Parts: sequence; C-alpha cells; structure tokens
Amino acid sequence: MNINTSAKTETWLWLGQRLSAVVLAVCVVVHIVTMIFAMRGGLSTGEIAGRVGGNVWWLTFYGLFVLSVSVHAPIGIRAVLLESTPISARRIGLLCMIFGLFIIVFGIKAVIGLYQLGPV
Amino acid sequence: MTTEMLRVSVWRGKADGEFVQYQVPRQENQTVLDLVTYIQRYLDPTVSYRFSCRVGVCGSCAMTVNGKARWTCRSHVANVAHGGHIEIRPLESLPVVKDLVVDMTTFFDKWAKAKGSFEPTRSRHDDLASITSTDRQRRQVDAGIECIGCGACYATCDVVKWKPDYLGPAALNRAWTLANDVRDGGNQQRLRAVAGDDGCLGCHSQQGCVERCPQKLNPTKAIAGLKRLTVLAAIKGDL
Amino acid sequence: MKKTNRNHPTYWAFLLHRLSGVLLAMFIPVHLYVLSLAITDGAALDTFLRWSTTPMVKVLESGLVILLAAHLTGGLRLLALEFCAWMSWQKTAVAISAGLSLAAGLLFFLNAG
Repeated sequence: MNINTSAKTETWLWLGQRLSAVVLAVCVVVHIVTMIFAMRGGLSTGEIAGRVGGNVWWLTFYGLFVLSVSVHAPIGIRAVLLESTPISARRIGLLCMIFGLFIIVFGIKAVIGLYQLGPV
Repeated sequence: MTTEMLRVSVWRGKADGEFVQYQVPRQENQTVLDLVTYIQRYLDPTVSYRFSCRVGVCGSCAMTVNGKARWTCRSHVANVAHGGHIEIRPLESLPVVKDLVVDMTTFFDKWAKAKGSFEPTRSRHDDLASITSTDRQRRQVDAGIECIGCGACYATCDVVKWKPDYLGPAALNRAWTLANDVRDGGNQQRLRAVAGDDGCLGCHSQQGCVERCPQKLNPTKAIAGLKRLTVLAAIKGDL
Repeated sequence: MKKTNRNHPTYWAFLLHRLSGVLLAMFIPVHLYVLSLAITDGAALDTFLRWSTTPMVKVLESGLVILLAAHLTGGLRLLALEFCAWMSWQKTAVAISAGLSLAAGLLFFLNAG
C-alpha cells in the first residue's frame, strides 16, 4: 500500500500524538481519581451537576481533555488501520478525520451540557 | 553404542514448497549449519543454502531455526533441539530463491534508501578528524556499528511484515550510526529519508530485533534516537 | 502468516497497548454520546446512570478503568523509551505498568457504590 502523506506530515502527526499523550496522561490520572471518589454512593446526574455544573475549571479541564482525545485517538487508530487492514491510506485518513470530528462534536456537547446543569 | 539421530525438517522449494525430513546423526559439538551441511553432502545434494565464514563474522548463514532467526553457524544443536527435532526454514519477510536461500535485494535496497552510507566532508588534504573514544556521539556510533547485515532483525520485525515499505531495523540502525558521525555531511537528506511512516516513526518498539540480534545491538534504541532527531528537524523546519 | 517468535515481554506490552487502545477508541464515542444527552435529554442520562449502578456494569466499568490505566502506563513507558535515556530495566517497566493498571481497576471496583 502506498502511503502518500509526506515525511513532514507523518512527523507532525507522530508528534501530535505524543504531545496529546502527555496532556492525556495528566487528564486521565485526574479523571480516574475523580471517578473513584465520585463513584462512592452512586453516580447520578445530580451528583455530576453538583461537581461540574457551573464550574469553569471543570469546563476547561474536560474541554482540554476532549480536544486531546480528538487528536490522540484518530492518529492511533490510523496506525492500526494502516497496519492491519487493506483499506486505502486515503480512505483511512478520511475515516480518522470523521472520527476526530465526532469526538469534538459530542465531546464538547457533553462538556457544555454538564456545565449548564449546575448553578451559573 | 547407537548414535542418536536428529529429525531435521528443512524447507524445500520457494514460497510454495514443503518441509522434508532428514535423519542426521547427532554429535557432541554440532551447529545447525553442520546439520544442513551434512544433509547436503551425504543425504540430498539438491538442498540449497548459503554460508561463508562458518565462524560468526559474516552473517551469510542466517536462517529461521525453530521459529527464531539465527546464525546457524553459531547455533549449537544442544541449545535449539527441542525433543530431538529441529525445523529449519529460510529467513522471513524476504523472497525465497530456493530452499534456505533468500533474496536479500530488498534488505540492502532499504539500507540505501535510508541513506545508510557515509557522506565525506574532508579530503585527503585535510587533517584527520579528532574524535575521542569517550565522545558521547562516538559512543552511540560504537554501540551500533558492528552490524554485518545478516537480516535476522529484519526477518523478525513485525512492522516489516505489516508494512512492506518499512525500512526496517538494520537500515535505520545504520542511519543512526551515521547521524552520530560528526565527519558525515549528509544528515539533512538522511533525516528526510528516515522520517515518516515507512521510516523510524513506524517502529512500535516491540523489540523483536533486540531479542534476535546476534551481535546484541539495539536497533529500537537507535530508532528512538532517530525519532528525536527527525522531530527536532521538523520543528526547526529542516525536514 | 508465518509465526515468528513473539514470546517476550515487550511484545506482550505492545499487544496490550494496541488492544486497549482499540477498545478504548470504540468506547469513547459511546461515552461522549451518552454524556451529551445532558443537553438533549437529561432524563435519558439519568436513566442510563441508574442502569449503570447494576453489578454487571460495575464489573465492566472496572474493566474499562484497567484498560485505560494499562494504556496510560504502557504509553508512559513508550514516551520514556522514545524521549529519555534508554532503560535497561525494560521488563521491570512492563511489570510496573501492568501492576499499576490492575491496582487502579481494583481501587475503582472497590469504590464503585
């Protein structure tokens, strides 16, 4: 299969994945620890609202989280698809971009939605 | 006293072929290459195989022995025979010419593609370059320079199997030793050649190459170094 | 596909990292879609969250946490390998990664309601 992207593009994609990985490392640790505490006594929309609703810091945090995932996951999946499927490189690029867009759209929707649940 | 016999399965044919079993008398000091030589001399003269030095300095005799890429001249039968049976087939990821012989053209083409050759910057009229043996970059070169191009790492690398254009551990390891050679002037072209998915960025650090290298080299480490260099070059706008 | 010898720790680490990555990539869209119901259909979100308190879901969620922690710790190992001085203690790093992942999952499971 001929991967038509230039060396420069490939290098920036690789770097983007590594940089987003570093951001995600921090975000994921915070997220797991938060979830461990939040899960106590059960999770409900009210509980989430109490925590993140109206809170600009959580809004920023989860916004950053979503954007980092939208960079990291598609580039990662791209490598997997290129190496283990016969799908053309161009189609894979398209699929991954759509994947990234989906994450941004629904992720930001979720982040804003949860923010708006609480006191403003 | 009866001689113990080894069952040796040897790949016969090309990509399409079959394993043929031979019974070879076992000896106390015997390498896998000895087995193949015995077969070809006394049992079946039509077996094709490659060797040269027989003493572990040329890399010509590399084959897949019981699933692992090895120098057959340095593989003692006692270390590889499992239950009296040894399976010998050609190196993987390279076209089979016949039986145990593979076509190494792609392997060396990729070496060239990775700009794995020295680009001089001095002439005979200049002084010799003065590089101490403790120099940091010199140490990086020393760590990887003993590659003799046997192909064991290439045959083992999963990424080579998944991406036919991937330059592979040996070519990239050589590129890294040259990138650290301060006398070399071709590094910009070289980094352009090894950047990208078919180059160093395709490595996922599984380290099969490290496991199999008979010289105990570390291509994954070299490739990690190339990753850093290419990223730096991209940031500086040199790619 | 001919079988090469893959029986070493750094290969298993790669496999786990790739597998966890793919599974997480399949989970994320679902996760974000469900949470986005907070805007469109808050009642649906609440129903979903109540359903997620069932024991089966707790187990699955803990599994997800293990996958996430495994991908994270494996990724950190890779970042160290690619950007820092080479670690000769590779196998230990793999073991530590695995250990931390399981610990995270266990902590989650024990606290999950």
